[in-house]
Amino acid sequence: MNKYTVQGATGEFEVVIGLEVHAQISTQSKLFSGSSTEFGAEQNTQVSLVDAAMPGMLPVPNMECMRQAVRTGMALGAQINKYSRFDRKNYFYADLPQGYQISQLYHPIVGEGEIEVTLDEKDPDSATKKIGVERIHVEQDAGKLMHDQHPTSSYVDLNRCGVALMEIVSKPDMTSPKEAGAYVKKLRSILRYVGSCDGNMEQGSMRADVNVSVRRPGEELGTRTETKNVNSIRFLMQVVEIEARRQVDLIEDGGEVVQETRLFDPNRMETRSMRSKEDAHDYRYFPDPDLLPVELDDAFLEECRSSLPELPDEKRERYEKELGLTAYNAAVLTAESETSYWFEELLAQSVERTGKSDKDLAKQCANWLLSELFGALNKLSVTLEESPVSPSQGAELLSLVADGTISGKIAKDVFEIMLETKQGAEQIVEEKGLKQVSDTGAIEAAINTIIAANEDKVAQYRGGNERLLGFFVGQTMKAMQGKANPQIVNEILKKKLDS
Amino acid sequence: MTDITELGIAAIRDGVAGGDFTAVEVAEAFNANIAAALALNAFIVETPEIALNMAKSVDDDRAAGKELGKMAGVPIGMKDLFCTEGTQTTAASNILGGFVPQYESTVSANLWKAGAGMLGKLNLDQFAMGSSNETSAFGNVISPWRIGGGNNAPLAPGGSSGGSSAAISARLCPAATGTDTGGSIRQPAAFTGITGIKPTYGRCSRWGVVAFASSLDQAGPMAHDVRDCAIMLESMAGFDPKDSTSLDLPVPDWEAALNSNLKGKKVGVPREYRMDGTDQDILDSWDQGIAWLKDAGADIVDISLPHTKYALPAYYIIAPAEASSNLSRYDGVRYGMREVPEGANLQDMYAATRSAGFGAEVKRRIMIGTYVLSAGFYDAYYTQAQKVRTLISQDFKAAFSECDVILAPTTPTASFPLGDKDKDPLSMYLNDVFAVPASMAGLPAMSVPCGLDKDGLPLGLQIIGNMLDEQSVLNAGLAIEERAGFTARPDKWW
Repeated sequence: MNKYTVQGATGEFEVVIGLEVHAQISTQSKLFSGSSTEFGAEQNTQVSLVDAAMPGMLPVPNMECMRQAVRTGMALGAQINKYSRFDRKNYFYADLPQGYQISQLYHPIVGEGEIEVTLDEKDPDSATKKIGVERIHVEQDAGKLMHDQHPTSSYVDLNRCGVALMEIVSKPDMTSPKEAGAYVKKLRSILRYVGSCDGNMEQGSMRADVNVSVRRPGEELGTRTETKNVNSIRFLMQVVEIEARRQVDLIEDGGEVVQETRLFDPNRMETRSMRSKEDAHDYRYFPDPDLLPVELDDAFLEECRSSLPELPDEKRERYEKELGLTAYNAAVLTAESETSYWFEELLAQSVERTGKSDKDLAKQCANWLLSELFGALNKLSVTLEESPVSPSQGAELLSLVADGTISGKIAKDVFEIMLETKQGAEQIVEEKGLKQVSDTGAIEAAINTIIAANEDKVAQYRGGNERLLGFFVGQTMKAMQGKANPQIVNEILKKKLDS
Repeated sequence: MTDITELGIAAIRDGVAGGDFTAVEVAEAFNANIAAALALNAFIVETPEIALNMAKSVDDDRAAGKELGKMAGVPIGMKDLFCTEGTQTTAASNILGGFVPQYESTVSANLWKAGAGMLGKLNLDQFAMGSSNETSAFGNVISPWRIGGGNNAPLAPGGSSGGSSAAISARLCPAATGTDTGGSIRQPAAFTGITGIKPTYGRCSRWGVVAFASSLDQAGPMAHDVRDCAIMLESMAGFDPKDSTSLDLPVPDWEAALNSNLKGKKVGVPREYRMDGTDQDILDSWDQGIAWLKDAGADIVDISLPHTKYALPAYYIIAPAEASSNLSRYDGVRYGMREVPEGANLQDMYAATRSAGFGAEVKRRIMIGTYVLSAGFYDAYYTQAQKVRTLISQDFKAAFSECDVILAPTTPTASFPLGDKDKDPLSMYLNDVFAVPASMAGLPAMSVPCGLDKDGLPLGLQIIGNMLDEQSVLNAGLAIEERAGFTARPDKWW
């Protein structure tokens, strides 16, 4: 793969990218209070006395949040810190009732790890790259200000205030928009496998701060800017591109990149300065005296480890080696946890119904899922979770093909009907009389009629035009309304024509 | 019949249980004393109706033959740092003006559960920052004590629990809650001739107590004598899952185990507490205390707490640092005072609200705290102070390998006239020089009255115990109490 560079008037520039991903931890209640974390509730209905920072209120850590952070760290092969501590980050803002955010600066719960990304997921032989993870720490989210509700006042919604976030800090190991995109995609996939974050970027449960700097090849790292709260992978890649371009132009015009916080405006496709280093807050971090250090024992860590599911990289390898799937299919099936769980359920149910081995059925299941089902879902514009057909219904259909009850072609029609009527495959096949005919007598009779009606073509075939076999197969299937067992049709036709 | 307001917790509890008088009679008697003592300014809010209602429910329970709590029928004063559901809670600051909590602090809830009643919310130094009760937004509390001989200068009741100390000393309540961050129970107790104990950090839940410095704040009882403190502490203490720093331990039966025979006990006398500037009267009372404990059967050992002199400076870094952050929530956005000047934006509102809402001493400590946590100063101040704190804890740990309790003065002087030190923060801070080390180490410590100085003002002796060993502190306190026979009381002038 070509190295990504930004071409300036005076030469090429390399780009260096580091990401801070904020992932909302999937828990029922907030990091330090019992309030619900459900998305979309009416404003200020999920706010406890602690969240509103009433006088005398105290935080109590929700250990489930720590557990999910530890499991995430383990999934990244990261160092787990048995001793961690919460610190206060002090600043005033109306969406921050305490006047400080409880975070982990000095002693984060997870240390260094790494993520292996595939740079081109469409290409099974694509290069891979390891991106370092610096740390993961756990912290509170802030509330939300609304400036459009009143002509002169702002409103604040504290529902999100105190919700647990993991901040996953990468090393500055990425050098192109594509790498940055692949990193976030892979990270999101792992979080969803682990179950520690739903990865839903539209709802804000995952967002990234993007650090970008440029330099001429071989030079020291340039000054970086940080673009805050980027909430889609597409935007993230655009931010890298736009920000790198802006920095290169600035440098070539004799200017200097200033270390600052910027905002991305997707409508105008530009980043804008939010505050410079001079205006940066002095956050006055110090250990939160309301909270004891978090000390994790071996039993806790062991539970975290043993409750981890099979992760995408291991899964992909198993699909290739044990199920005999192509590298491409294995990659696509494992990229999202939902797809792989759907596939595994489909396969397991098919095995149960047919008594065949999973290796025998894996390819058929994979192909059907990736082409037929995904095609249908695409047309319906729904996600896999919203699929009108369940894995068990899919298995019912595929088993009918596997045991010869219907042909693959009929299966496509049956599937169409399933999507429309929500009926089961067996019922549809039964009611519509779609069972494949394997009765050699009936097939032979049809073939005899066709041969008799097409003597010229029989002669051409026998004269060496073997491609005409397809014509005879087609005619036979047509006569049999598509229900003839194609294998038997082939056998009888060959016997008759070749004799 | 004796005047009920002369009685303490144990006598009232026993009197109500035995039918000598009703809880309502008790509440009425103290309500009357409070109404007649407005000159002391001990209360911010009086709640006579609440006191009567709570008393009535105790009388009803007794009539119904129900089991009565440890403090059934005992009305108390509640320091206005404890959030009380439905009753204004201000921490003596304008910034919380008119704030009425919808929740009850764990400590006050525990006390109500034990059958105690609430006479009102007691005045204090604003946000518990002060040693003379001169920083309250509701005016100074005046000590019931006077020097006498024609000198009627109003004296400091101590601080920050100055409303509590004045009210108990003047018999406006038999007992009151206090909180102690760096001496705020012990110093006012010493100034007014009453008894007060700060238990081990974590014994009493901090939930619902307006925070000053979280790692130091600890609630405790203030009362007439050691037994009353033991009873009340039993009712206040206990594990609270809502406070992460709360100790998950059973509450000992301190009252039942009171024992003033100190045979076989070792009492440490720290040589570093003999400081310049300490009154001769104080030094004499300390020697007297040593003699009393010897008389109670204890062995006296000379001990060293080498880092004592660094305790006060380190305290005045750590406590303001935590306070500067804890007080950030008072921003005018959600409750309490809000000042919005014409055309103000959010930052302007913060500045206006906090400028108007906080008193000078609170602002001073917020500024100090903000400074010591700032980039470039953090290591030199905050980190260094934390190291000192560790060394102080180690000093005590080493000392308690040689002794069971430590005896020291509570304060370097007796009470002083209001206005004497409020322009000089450092001399004010020095008042807590003997109290702060135990706070920094989270140890239980108590002040018991031991006599009067040359001006006729009360003096206190301090007993510091090992972690969780409140019992030894109470026992040594009882031994002093029995020998001191402290019966002096202020002449009623109010």
